[in-house]
Parts: sequence; C-alpha cells; structure tokens
Amino acid sequence: MLGFVGRRIIYLVPVLLAVTLLTFFIASLLPGDLAYAMLGDQATPDKVAALRHEMGLDLPVIWRYLHWLGDVLQGNLGRSFRTGETVADAITGRLPVSVELMLMAEITGLLIGIPIAIICAVKQGGAFDRIATGIAFGKLSIPAFMVAILMIYLFAVKLHLLPATGYVPFAEDPIGNIRGFILPALTLAFGEWPVLMRVLRSDMIATLQEDYIAMAKAKGLKPWRILLVHALKPSSLTLVTVTGINIGRLIGGALIVETIFALPGIGRLLVTAIYARDFIILQGVVLFVAAGFVIVNFIVDLLYAVLDPRIRHGRA
Amino acid sequence: MAALDLSIDTASVSPVRKRRFGNLFLIAAAWIVIVFVAAALANILPLPEPDHMDIGGRRLPPTAAHLLGTDNLARDMLSRLIFGARASLIVGLLAPVIGLGIGGALGMLAGYFRGRLETLIVGSVDVLLAFPPLVLALAVVAYLGQSITNLTIVIGFLSIPAFTRVARAATLSLAQREFVTAARALGATHLRILVRELLPNVFLPLLAFFLLAVAVTIVVEGALSFLGLGVPPPTPSWGSMIGEGRESLEFTPWLAFIPAVTMFLTVLAFNIVGDTLRAITDPRQGAL
Repeated sequence: MLGFVGRRIIYLVPVLLAVTLLTFFIASLLPGDLAYAMLGDQATPDKVAALRHEMGLDLPVIWRYLHWLGDVLQGNLGRSFRTGETVADAITGRLPVSVELMLMAEITGLLIGIPIAIICAVKQGGAFDRIATGIAFGKLSIPAFMVAILMIYLFAVKLHLLPATGYVPFAEDPIGNIRGFILPALTLAFGEWPVLMRVLRSDMIATLQEDYIAMAKAKGLKPWRILLVHALKPSSLTLVTVTGINIGRLIGGALIVETIFALPGIGRLLVTAIYARDFIILQGVVLFVAAGFVIVNFIVDLLYAVLDPRIRHGRA
Repeated sequence: MAALDLSIDTASVSPVRKRRFGNLFLIAAAWIVIVFVAAALANILPLPEPDHMDIGGRRLPPTAAHLLGTDNLARDMLSRLIFGARASLIVGLLAPVIGLGIGGALGMLAGYFRGRLETLIVGSVDVLLAFPPLVLALAVVAYLGQSITNLTIVIGFLSIPAFTRVARAATLSLAQREFVTAARALGATHLRILVRELLPNVFLPLLAFFLLAVAVTIVVEGALSFLGLGVPPPTPSWGSMIGEGRESLEFTPWLAFIPAVTMFLTVLAFNIVGDTLRAITDPRQGAL
C-alpha cells in the first residue's frame, strides 16, 4: 500500500507543477500586458513602466514564473487590484457555499440514482429499465443551464414555491439558507444521477451474475437483503470513483449554476472576476480549482486502491 | 455540467444500440440536415436581419411578419434562431476537427510506436485532463478575448485529450493484428502502415466519437454564450438567446424556451447519430 501511495505521489508532483505552469502561461495570452489592463484609461508610458517594474513584469518570464511559484507555495496568491481583497481570502470566503452546494447535489444525485440503478439491474431489459436508460441518455443532451431555467420557471415563477435567487448565510437564517440551495442542488443532481445510475447499473448487472448471489438465493435469503447487503457493496467501486470525480469537478463550484442562482461560491467568484477583468483573482481561482481537481482525483485513486486490492498490486 | 469530458463509456446505456439504423436514427439525421440547410441558407431565406430592431415590436407573439415573434430588443426570433445555428454549428463542428486532427494523430502515434513516445503523449494529455475544462475554456477566452475564432481554438484544444485516448485505444488493438504484421513483413514503412493500414480502421470509431464531441461542443459553446462569455453580441447564438430570454422568464418564457428546445433537439440528434455509429463500430459490442 505504501509503495502504491509513493508511486501516486511521484506522479502527483509533476502534474501539479504542470498545472501551475499552464495557469501561469495562460495569463501571458493577455494582449498587451497586465500593467495596461490594471491601469486602464490612465495608462501612460511612464506609469506603465513604473508599474511593470514594481510588479516585476520587466523580469525574464522564467524568473517571473519561479517568483510567482515561490509566492504560491507560501500561500500568497496575490491581491485583487480592483477590491484589494487577497485571493486567499476571496477563496476561503466563498468555499463553504460551493461545498454546501456540492454536498447537497451529490447526496440528492445518489438518492435518485442508486434506487433507479438497482431496479434497472434487477429487471434488466424490462420496461422500467428501458425507460430509465432512455431518460438517462436524453439527459446527456440537456445542459445544466437549461435545467436551471426550467427549474426557475416551474418552481419560482409558476408555483412560487422556492426562491430563484437570494443567498442567506446559514448562521443568519438556516431554513432560508437551505431553501436557497434546493433549486441549484436539484439542477446539479439532475445532471449527476444519470451518470451515477449508469455506472452502478452496469456494475450491478455484472455482480448479480456471480456465483455467491446464486448461493444467497439458494439459501432463501430475502431479495432486498441480497441486493442491499450482498450485491450493492461490491458493485459500488466505480460509483465511488465517479462520485469522487464529480466532487473534484464541483470544487470549481458549479460555475453556471452558481451564476444563475446568484450563489456566492467559487464558480461565481471566477465568473465575476472575468466580467470585471480582475486577472489576479482569475489566475488564483483557476490555480486553486485545477489543483483541487488534481488532488481530489489523487485521493479518489487512493480510496479506490483501499477498496480494491487488485489495484494497489497493479493487477487490475 | 459534463462540459468537455467526453466519457468514452456511453456504452452502458444506448436506446439505439440494437436497432442500428432505426427510425430514431433517421429522424435525428433528418433534423441535423434541416438545421444545416437552414444555417447555410440563412442569407438567402426571406428573413429580417438578425440584429434588426423592429421599432415598437418588443416581445411580440408570433405574427405573419415574425413567425416566432420578437425578442427583448424587438429582433426577429426565427431569424436569430437560424443565424444562431451558424454559431453553434461553426464552433460545434470546427472545434472537434482540431481535436480529431491533432488528438487522432497523437493517439495513433502513441498506440503504434509505444515506448517513450507513448509515455510522453499520454502524460501531457493527462495534464490537460487535469484541468476542469469549462474553467480552462473560460479563463483562456477571458485572456484572449471573445470571438468565434478564439472559442473554436480553445474548445478544440480542450478536446484533444479525448480524441487521443480513443485513437490510441483503437490503434493499440489494431497494431497487433495480422494485416499489420503482414504489411510489415512485406517491408512497408511505418508511415505506410499508419496511413494505409491503420488509419482506415481507426477512422470510423473516431468519426463516431467526433459526432458525440460535436454534441458536447455545442453544449459548451451554449454555456459560455449563455454566461455572455462566448460568442460576442450582437451575433446571435442559441446560448446567448437563452441567456437573454431568462431575463423575461416571467412574462415571455418562450424567448428562452424556443432556443433551448432547438439546442436540445440538435444536441440530442448528434448524440443519437454518434451513438448509433459508435455502437456499430465498437468491436466490444459483439461480446456484449
């Protein structure tokens, strides 16, 4: 196990370095340079030169990258030149919102996906299975922003059941806080369940053909006991991976969903930084999201190895 | 928000698998043709300009002059829908072409030559996959500036890893086959084996994947335009039309629903056609 962890870490370091490199160099795609962007209308050659010198923009690019990387490793991601807020503060302030949304969405997705997958796997090829897999396939063609609009139209505009926007902190109004998260979480869960359902369904179909399931049936165990106790756990390996990857992806907050429902999470921070052309915040958030994505995937790999001995021994 | 992760595993669910070229496939193909023809003939069709504002006619219900009514700025919905198809199709088709060309070539090279080259290619592609695609696309477009060209290049670049994987997987198994050994025994060069022996066999699975990639790309372009960070206004795009329609969801929900349904049908059609082709060309299907 230690050897496996070691190999994964050896792989993790260059990927993280590459992520910082890519994040840094995307910023150099900016036409002109950051000094012009920061000064805006007041850009005179003298001021630009002074600011460039102050920010170290006149140094060679490799030198600048190393300098920036050194700062990043010390947790210093810079400071917004619009609001003066540090990037680290901006991220830690928004992270709880994204995490709450992610947890609610993932739990809802699993609650919808798992029962459907089990029913489909048991009656494989039956009417329910065909309808559910058909819906899951159709769902691939409905992006989150369409679902969000439908949700807002149905539950906020027509039925007046839930707010379309309006975030309140949990400490101020717990119920209002949860209500504000229901529609965005449902929107995300609507995109998650077909994926979760598909992987569990196909793994479960394979598990149900194993000898020990036939054995359990022969012993006269109740069907629900066979399904939930004997079949579900060995079938859930891929489900764990996919759930983990989704969590990694949602660290970036659900960009679109957070923007539509005006939830002040990481995704919304990124989008507003783009609207405001706040490039320091943008760079910091992109780095945070990408590094988080890589690290969560790394943890999922480890978890997977814990669950399945074949993987840590390289025999999968 | 599946964004650009073109999961190769769409195999477990596909309502079209058994029927091959069934009715569903034909309807989907017909819809794609209709959208194509409409987008291609947009200039010739008797339509008002997509950015022409009809004074005094905002958010009109359908009339003879405006078959689908007018939007928030009194522009003809049908015209915007058809011109919007152009943006979706241009980005949707050209971006995957970049992925198909570069990713396909890299994948074939990796799968054929193996060794260090394979390690290098798979490694660099994995780094690209380490980025959440939508975040990367947004960031790059934010720096480069919004335009259809930049959008196409960025999304195309992001689709390279997926194509590399598909091409590599297909090449890996094919490279072991007898006809490749035979060609080599006959003294064929690597280039000849790659182009004449492997390419024709790798091409079909890649084409099927290409169609699925078109569907995903249209969604990504729609999402970016919806946020106002994709196709720059006033050029119409389905995504930005949905975004503009959202503002008046209470009074005129169809302004958002018409482009949404059009986009859904188009994406679904590409998914169905792509999935049908994939099911036919996937060698594993025989085993299932």
